[in-house]
This record gives sequence, structure tokens and C-alpha cells, in this order.
Amino acid sequence: MTTILDPTDERVPVERQITPRPDKLSGVIGLLDISKPRGNVMLDELERLLVQHAPDVTVKRFAKPTFAKPCPDALRHEIRDACDFVVEALAD
Amino acid sequence: MSAQNHSFTLSDLDAAPQSYPRGRPTLVCFVKHDCETCAVAAPVLEAMHRAYGAAADVVLISQSGDDTAPFAAHHALTMPVLDDRSCETAFAWDIESVPSVFWLDAQGVVATAFEGFVRGDWEALSTDMAASADLPAARIDWESLPAWRPGCGSKHLDPSVFDALRAQASGSPIRARRIEVAPSDDVAEFMFDQGFSDGLPLVPPSPERVMRMLGGTHRDAQDVIATVPPNMGLATVEKIAINAVMAGCKPEYMPVIIAAVEAVCTDDFNIHGVTATTMGAAPVMIVNGPIRHKIGMNMGLGALGAGNRANATIGRALRLVVRNVGGASTGGVERSTLGNPMKFTMCFAEWEERAPWEPLHVERGFERDDSVVTVFAMTGGPVHIVDQTSRAPDQIAGSLGLGLEGVFLPKLRNLPIDALLVVCPEHIDTLMREGAYSKDRLREQIQKVTSRPLSDMVMDADCGAGITPEAATKMGTEALAQSVPKFAGKEFIHIVVAGSDAGKFSSAFHGWATGAVGSQSVSKKIDLG
Repeated sequence: MTTILDPTDERVPVERQITPRPDKLSGVIGLLDISKPRGNVMLDELERLLVQHAPDVTVKRFAKPTFAKPCPDALRHEIRDACDFVVEALAD
Repeated sequence: MSAQNHSFTLSDLDAAPQSYPRGRPTLVCFVKHDCETCAVAAPVLEAMHRAYGAAADVVLISQSGDDTAPFAAHHALTMPVLDDRSCETAFAWDIESVPSVFWLDAQGVVATAFEGFVRGDWEALSTDMAASADLPAARIDWESLPAWRPGCGSKHLDPSVFDALRAQASGSPIRARRIEVAPSDDVAEFMFDQGFSDGLPLVPPSPERVMRMLGGTHRDAQDVIATVPPNMGLATVEKIAINAVMAGCKPEYMPVIIAAVEAVCTDDFNIHGVTATTMGAAPVMIVNGPIRHKIGMNMGLGALGAGNRANATIGRALRLVVRNVGGASTGGVERSTLGNPMKFTMCFAEWEERAPWEPLHVERGFERDDSVVTVFAMTGGPVHIVDQTSRAPDQIAGSLGLGLEGVFLPKLRNLPIDALLVVCPEHIDTLMREGAYSKDRLREQIQKVTSRPLSDMVMDADCGAGITPEAATKMGTEALAQSVPKFAGKEFIHIVVAGSDAGKFSSAFHGWATGAVGSQSVSKKIDLG
């Protein structure tokens, strides 16, 4: 029997349930631009389509300060508090 | 050995557990089968057992495992012979050599202790035992025995045995989860299967190897050096040591690795982004100061390549910490389009003694005698710059500049992007042949030779990168005629010296997104205790 020591951080990931998906869109949809080139082009088009096809929703736009770093906590909390849905544009 | 009460339980030759002391005086002697001094002592001990056995226990503790029974048979021993093949009792009693003798009173307190064979000691012991037992002295022909013979080292002091015992002792600094690999499993394959590897074989991080690795730093094993993205795992000194073992490091590399982990896990360096970017960035680590020599780093021939253990394994250890403690696995958060070989390892030392300038760490505010690690986030390199014919300082400086045109894309200029230039000694000699040539002058020449009109950067049929035609129209002819250099500022050009004395080949590393939007280079002083 050989014994080795665990090189990882040994943490067990927290299991989370996906939020139940509603049948129809309503409330506030956040569109998050991660600040990659042309991400705004895709989100502009998505916003146009949402306004056209889902008039009951409100669209709010958000942007990460830089795509190269994780989303700042304050911005994540702001999106969580303000939105019912969020779409993140991982453009390139 | 302290004056504590000594009690112990070990198996006898029939594998039955035996505990001592048993309420009466006990003579304990540690032996090894292949120790000649133990062979001298064995008949003496047998004689004592026969003479005083009615009043005292005489017990042998053997370190010889399966060779114990033949040893006992050879010397016709009739006293209890116990098996300490793991050496746990020897470790607990802190002996140094065998034979090691302890004469304990009925409460287990040591009355007499000695090592080796000094005839006078053994005679005196026999006298004490006879007095204690109120029995006639054992019949031993003392004159036929050597007057003095040193013992042999206790088996538990063998480094591999000792470190394993330290790892499992009650005061052990080891806290990591122990993983038992079944005898039917190949350890190397097991570690691949667990996802611990960067794709190359790993050294199994056994507790004894990790103990030795921890000996390379004065830091406490449970000190938290950094939280490592993306999982924000805690990089304790112990976890760093485990990964350093796997990478193939020596213990004396530990202070460098600790400083490197600390450096890449800063907000400035942003190892999360460096790891995750599709562009494929990796930390490039440069070591300065006295530790380069102390741990045998390569700064000369082949400094940026393979063949030096310190260079290769320090860089690899850092990458394994990010992978295993941070959880950055390839295809997980590590999402580089192509990757690059620096993601295995990229670490070298600056040849400060060959440089005509202040070394990198002094330029960055440290003392020359400080040992410092500096990390850069680089996406490409080393890209060699070949110029074997320039003989004038400005010529060679110009070539070094032209060699940097490829950062991101030759067409793109005015880049706020780091480049790390590694100037080889022959190019240094050409730079200096007419007198001092400062780093700053080299930077200025790089900017000069790479300057081109902005009009060269406009998108065209051959290359769709650069200034859009709409933006160009807005800028106007006069603005487009303005020349811009490759780099947005001289401060983006970092310069070190390395390489062999022969060969006119310098090299460059190309940066990633530099600054607050991406990664800034970070220097950390190496804590040598």
C-alpha cells in the first residue's frame, strides 16, 4: 500500500439546484456585456428582439469593467438584486 | 531520552502483542541483526536473562523484520524478542544507535541507559541487576569480550524511514488528506487518473517526501500563502510542498515557489485571467539575487530551455499549484485556444554578473542582495532574435527592436502591452563596445526603429486588423501621417540578461493584456527565514 497526500484544496463543491424555468418571460432581464469586442453588437440585437417579442419585460444593461478578470462582487450583487434573468455575452 | 515512564507494546516472533513493563524491573535492548556489536551483546543479554529472569524482564527489540527470527536462533536467545520493524518505538524513544540499552525500574523509569558496547558499562549493569534481583551475578567471561566497540546507527535514522515516522508522529505538521493507493494500482497511473498531472509523470507525494520538502522553508506548514483562483483554494505551505514534490523539486527550492505562488495570486497579476484567457497566457518567472547560485539555477547556456532541475521544476510546481489547489484544469477554467509550452513551466534566472546594468529586481526597487522572484504574464516566447552581423551598438539595439515587431501582430503598434527582452551576452558586448549603453537608450532605440505612420495600421485587403476605414477617415491625413512606435510607452519594455557566451541570439517573450485590464508584472522578495 502506497500513501500519497492530496495535492488539491480538498473542498467538495456545493451542489446547487438550477432555478425553476418559467413558462413565459416577464420581469427584468439583465444583459451583461463582458467588454469583449463586439459583445455589445450581439446584445444590442438581443435587446431589439426582446423589446419586439416580449413587450412585458424590462431590459437592463450591465458591463464588466474588463473581460480579463472575474465579475466584481458588487456588480454580481447588483444584477442579482435587480434582475429576474440574465444573459451574459461571451463574445469574441 | 527523557525520564518519562516508558511503556510499550510490540509483537513477539509469534505475532502476539506483548506489553512492558510488567510491574518489575525491565532491561530493554534495541538491536539489528546485521550489527556486529549487537552480535557481541546478544550472548551477554541471554546470560542476563538466564541469571536475573526470575526477578526482571530482559527484552530485545529488533529492527530487522524478517531477519529477526534467524538472529534469535543463531544466538539461541530464549528471552522475548519483539518486532519493531516500523521503528516506531525507536523513534519514540529517540535512540541513536544499536545496541541501545535501557534499564528500567518497576515503574518504567530509566535507571541506566547507554549505547554500543563499553565493557565497563555492561559489567556495571550486570552488577546492578544482580543487586536489584538479589541473585548471584550472571556468569559472563568479561575478559573475552571487547573493551569497547561502537554501535551501528539505528535503522529509524535512515532518512526515508525517519521522515515517514515524523510524518505520522503525533506532532506531525501533515494535515492533508492521505490517499491510500492499492498495491494493485500503479501509483503513476493513479495520479494521472485523479487529474493531478499537467500531462507529464509526477513524483508521488508520499508523507516522507513532503516532510523533507517542508524542511526547505522556515514557514509553518499550515501558513496560508494565498487563495488560488479560480476555486479560491487555500494554498498552505503544506499544499505547496505536496505539489513541489510532484513537480520534482528539491526542498531548497521551496522559498522561491512560495514567493511565486504569492506573486501570481495577487489582484495585480490576476492568475484567474491569465489561466482562463483563450489567448493562452502563462506566468514567466525570473529569479534574481543570491538564491540563484544557492539552488543552482541556470542563467547561462540554455537558460530558457530544458536541462536544469531548478528552472524546470520550480516553474512546474507553480503551475501544479494553480492546477491542483486553484482547480484550473485544461478544458475547465483553463481555456486557451492553442495553449503554449510555457504552461508546463517557464522559469529562469538573470545572469546579473554578466549584465552591464542593474538587474531586474534592483530596477524594481529591491536591494541587490535580496533574492526576488518576478512574474510576467506572457503569451508567446521565447521568440529568438537573430543578428550575427551588426557591429555597432545602435545597430544591435535596432535589431532587438525589430525582433519585437511580432508582439500581437506586426501591423499593430502603440500597444500598451508588456514585452520581456532577454539579451544574450554577445549582443551585450556589441551594445557596450563603444562605452556604456543604458537600458533606457536601448528602449528608446526600440521605439525609434519600430515607429511607423498610423496609416500603416489601417485595415486593408491584406489584413483586416487595425484602424477601421471609418475611423481613419475621421482622423484625417495629417493625423494618419503621425508615427507611433510598437509600444505605448518605454515602460512596457522589460530587459534582462541570460544565455551562453557564444551565440548572437537574443530572445523575447510577448505579453498579454497588460495593466489593470489584465495582468501587471509582480515582484516578491523570497523569504529565506
